Amino acid sequence: MELLLIFIIGLLHAAGIYMLLRRSMFKMIIGLIFLGNGVNLLIFLLGRLVKGKPPVIDEASKVFTDIYADPVPQALILTAIVIGFGLQSFAIILIKRVYKVLETDDLDELNSTDEEI
Amino acid sequence: MSNIWIVLPILFQLTSAVLLLFFWNYIKIQKILSALLSLLGLGISLVLFKEVYNEGLLVTQSGNWSAPFGISFVADTFGTTMVLLASVAGLAVSVFASASMTKARLQFGFYPMLHFLIMGLQGAFLTGDIFNLYVWFEVIIISSFVLITIGGKKAQLEGAIKYVALNLLASVFFLIGIAFLYGLTGSLNMADLALKVQEIDNKGLINVTASLFLVAFGIKSAVFPLYFWLPASYHTPPPAVAAIFGGLLTKVGVYAMVRTFTLIFVGDEFLSVILSVMAALTILSGGLGAMVHQHLGKIFGYFIICHIGFMMAGVGMMTELAIMGTVFYLVHDIVVKTNLFMVSGIVLKINGTQNIKELGGMYQNYPLLSLLMAIPLFSLVGIPPLSGFWAKLFFIQGGLESNEYLLIAFIVLGSFLTLWVIAKVWAEVFWKKGENLPKKARGIYFRELGRRQKLALILPVVFLSIISLYIGLGAENIVSLSERIAKELMNPEAYIEAVMSKKLNAL
Repeated sequence: MELLLIFIIGLLHAAGIYMLLRRSMFKMIIGLIFLGNGVNLLIFLLGRLVKGKPPVIDEASKVFTDIYADPVPQALILTAIVIGFGLQSFAIILIKRVYKVLETDDLDELNSTDEEI
Repeated sequence: MSNIWIVLPILFQLTSAVLLLFFWNYIKIQKILSALLSLLGLGISLVLFKEVYNEGLLVTQSGNWSAPFGISFVADTFGTTMVLLASVAGLAVSVFASASMTKARLQFGFYPMLHFLIMGLQGAFLTGDIFNLYVWFEVIIISSFVLITIGGKKAQLEGAIKYVALNLLASVFFLIGIAFLYGLTGSLNMADLALKVQEIDNKGLINVTASLFLVAFGIKSAVFPLYFWLPASYHTPPPAVAAIFGGLLTKVGVYAMVRTFTLIFVGDEFLSVILSVMAALTILSGGLGAMVHQHLGKIFGYFIICHIGFMMAGVGMMTELAIMGTVFYLVHDIVVKTNLFMVSGIVLKINGTQNIKELGGMYQNYPLLSLLMAIPLFSLVGIPPLSGFWAKLFFIQGGLESNEYLLIAFIVLGSFLTLWVIAKVWAEVFWKKGENLPKKARGIYFRELGRRQKLALILPVVFLSIISLYIGLGAENIVSLSERIAKELMNPEAYIEAVMSKKLNAL
């Protein structure tokens, strides 16, 4: 399972960076979404994968005696997904607006702010 | 040990923002209410600052979960000073915006967003949890996204694309760093991390994690190879927005950098070198950038980069004296940069342009106003006894102490470039004989404004200039404050003990 996740994370990061480096504005956002998802999986993986051990203490004992699945990374991912969702939806609306106003999807043409006014 | 009220500044800004949302269509009420609430928020921050200054560090554990398990909020001297400065800048911008922003822009929720932004900043300054810091960063950037696009002019949208993309990327780096840190230590509480990171033997992994944080905070605070989004976007929004951005947004990156590199990743040879090199190049590229541009907003944008370099240099040297310089500079810079962008806003209102080649005759037409504007401009250069001078003194002393002669050379060069550009701006905008500029079609000019609106434009500049003068002339107070902060930062035992509520065996 870990090995599979490692490859998926690597793939998502690679794809994300590739898309970020494209000239199209729309592909840039897709790249950022890929990267975001890759990072979420990375948090999941680095929080250690434990199978079939819910973080619930037995009635008999007072502390964890056995290894258990850490709930914290899941809480982190949940937070990161929600925040990411908000930011990405804003970015998509922004891109739509920019496309309407500037009538181009090419990032290389967005250079008027670098010129002297 | 429940000092739950230390989150009051955050809650207060949240309530203010929500309250302002109820008056969506009543801009006049929003203007007055926002100024009053900002004033009250400043009062609350002042009370918190005084309390922490007199009583020492205050900690609250949310939900009463004890330290490494719950989210801690920590009000130490550094954090509360920054909270206070954020409130000061917030108040100034809130008043300034009421006269400088057009009604069309204010209608789309400028004031609620301003308060959400201040809330995010104060949250970032008060949190003691690294993931919570990430969440506050997101609060800050989503509010800043709205503020930078408000009005939706062509240039603004273009700048916003660059700003949004790079900030989202910075968040990704920050999250990767957090994932590594959690994987290594199993903790998110900064005080707990400080202890656990020390125990890890694999220094290589710690260095990689620290570099990820460096890149994330480096993008936020616009340091050398990562700053290109700043000059492309900061001059596009209206001056009131640029003022709050220039004053606070890059500084929160510096704050996070100082916090993590003094608390979590301490005494790292590898990082110290990288930080110093980045600082030197940041100073150089910022200073040179400011030299070649003609647009006031762009010149000040490059100044932000140049002066972030100074603060980075202090972090790179990592001696108590240098950190003291960084803290002093941070205090001075927030006030002065906010003020400078407001000054550029007034210049724009008077003349309808920000191009220094076209501008001129300000001193002839508005002598008193020009003298007022001279205060932030010359504070920025650091002509003694104005505020920038003292901080640079500590940088140079700190550099001599740790034998970083090259870094000192860059700091002096940076100061010289700043002086050169400010002298140019002063000569072109204020001294040069003015020409009659063609009136542009849109916008209301300064002389057409009512008395009350003129006052709303000038009062914030006066307010911040007085604070600037106080920082410069009453430097001994600020010095003792930054000395105390530097001491606390370099000896984080008290911080860790207070958060973990247990005694440490010597680190």
